[in-house]
Amino acid sequence: MSYSFTSLVTVGFHSAVNDVPFDKIPALVFPALGETLIMVGIVMVVVVLVGIPLGALLHNLAPGGLVENKGAHTTVSWIVSIGRSLPFLILMASIMPFTRLITGTNIGIAAAVVPMSLAGIAFFTRIVENSLRSVPPSLVRVARASGASKLQVVRTAQLSEAVPQILGGLTINTIAMIEYSAIAGTIGAGGIGYVAVTYGYQRFDNTVMLVTIVILVVTVALVQLVGDAAVRLTTPYAGRSSKRMRKAAAPVSERALAA
Amino acid sequence: MISLDKLTKVFGHGDTRTVVLEDLNFSVSQGEIFAIVGPSGAGKSTLAQCINLLERPTSGSVIVNGENLSTLNEEQLRIARRRIGTIFQSDGLFSRRTAAQNVALPLEYLGVTKAEAHHRVAELLDRVGLSGRANFYPHELSGGQRQRVGIARALALRPSVLLADEATSGLDPDSTASIVSLLKELRDDLGLAILFITHEMDTVLKVADSVARLDHGHIVESGALVDLLRNPASTLGQALRPAHIPATLPVNQTQWELVYASAAVPSDWFSTLSVTLGSSISLLGASIETINGSVVGKATIGLDVAQDERVIAAARGLGLVAQRVPSTEVSSTTASSQTEPSSANKVLENAA
Repeated sequence: MSYSFTSLVTVGFHSAVNDVPFDKIPALVFPALGETLIMVGIVMVVVVLVGIPLGALLHNLAPGGLVENKGAHTTVSWIVSIGRSLPFLILMASIMPFTRLITGTNIGIAAAVVPMSLAGIAFFTRIVENSLRSVPPSLVRVARASGASKLQVVRTAQLSEAVPQILGGLTINTIAMIEYSAIAGTIGAGGIGYVAVTYGYQRFDNTVMLVTIVILVVTVALVQLVGDAAVRLTTPYAGRSSKRMRKAAAPVSERALAA
Repeated sequence: MISLDKLTKVFGHGDTRTVVLEDLNFSVSQGEIFAIVGPSGAGKSTLAQCINLLERPTSGSVIVNGENLSTLNEEQLRIARRRIGTIFQSDGLFSRRTAAQNVALPLEYLGVTKAEAHHRVAELLDRVGLSGRANFYPHELSGGQRQRVGIARALALRPSVLLADEATSGLDPDSTASIVSLLKELRDDLGLAILFITHEMDTVLKVADSVARLDHGHIVESGALVDLLRNPASTLGQALRPAHIPATLPVNQTQWELVYASAAVPSDWFSTLSVTLGSSISLLGASIETINGSVVGKATIGLDVAQDERVIAAARGLGLVAQRVPSTEVSSTTASSQTEPSSANKVLENAA
């Protein structure tokens, strides 16, 4: 790291004369952006790996689901709700002993990944559950009547059909995690949020503040762009009126088939 | 061949206990299309789910080719389901899969290799006349084409029984006709036993060999389609015969309804009857058609003959069953013809 927590504290509370020189800003900001991306990347891998099975489980424990179980559904649902209801700052502070147990530290990227993953999993579990609800339940009957096992039903008639909705939710989730990484910056987790808080906020360095804002806006916009493209690519019915479709709708071919 | 033996389905316990299906017995042989009709809430969907084993019957059994499927455990049941192909209502296709991928689903579940599946899928799509649409997504197909994909998928594992659950409901008349003729073709070529569950009486006329009417969880009437149509006393037969509002009865005449009750009704019965009775006949309404190779029909006529017995006897001689329509009913039917559209709307609303 090109800066450390202690040195920043000692040089804190100075006026604009201590601003980072303009040509030094890239060296400060880009490694920080890299840290943010690594942090969010690790978190999102964990979130997807845990959130998808958990969301599918929650959906199918509900009444009418494949493994309907009222007690288990209520329990899982409550745990997820608790994870969702705590403000991230408080969640982060309250699980510090747990974080230390897992990572051996309370600061840095490793320490930030634990609370971010927990908050992210709770968030994503709900997103997956909600996405699965949008799939017509008749497809589950189709799959079962076609001889599918329960796992095959979940994979083909639920998750696969909900892919566009899940990708849309994943985009929202990723952006929320970028935001959480900035909050995690306050416990010295590093990343772009840390730079914004320590240089921009605590040292009144407006230039650094502005640069971090621009970088965050661009990052979020890019994530959204990629997310939207992924949703479009995975939705065959996304209102693209292909040449083929217009041909299929032509009355002549229709009649030829009916004959 | 599929048969139900004392099939009963009960939902809930104690106060909330509802008997949805009670003591159902029928069997469908290979090469037969058996239609089950009934109003909404009669238990048709539950029956469909008991037959394709998505729901377990509370008691009684579902027997396919001599094997009782109701006693199987969960895993055996999953395998047994493959013997029954199900065609669902039009929303049964996976939106993110092409026609070919939809047809391949049951093969995929079974673990068939991609190459083998590819061959079988091509064969099935060709069978339903959709070879050129293999790579189309469901939203790129018409309602009738989507239903053909559903039929191809139902046939993928070579079932001996096909269950069509409201398979033509919501389709336009042309598509319905093409699906019906495809089903008949499949019945003949593959010797399938087809169970056709529907609320549409006109589709039953076109597709069924036999019919059963389900009402409040009971089969209230059943039989061969032609027999029911020829039986003037049958409620189901009456519901199946096309309804018409007759023309106005001339004054001083009595109104009669004639039903084709045998295969031997001469096609010139109208003039013969006129000669036998020595009277002119007013034709007020009629429909005569061939169903499953037999002529069936009914006619509403006006007569100025005083003796009812003579009319009944003369009609019987021609293979017709004559029934005098009481004059009060005549005036009320004329009056009710005014209100007919609104009651028809009510029926539609109920169906919706």
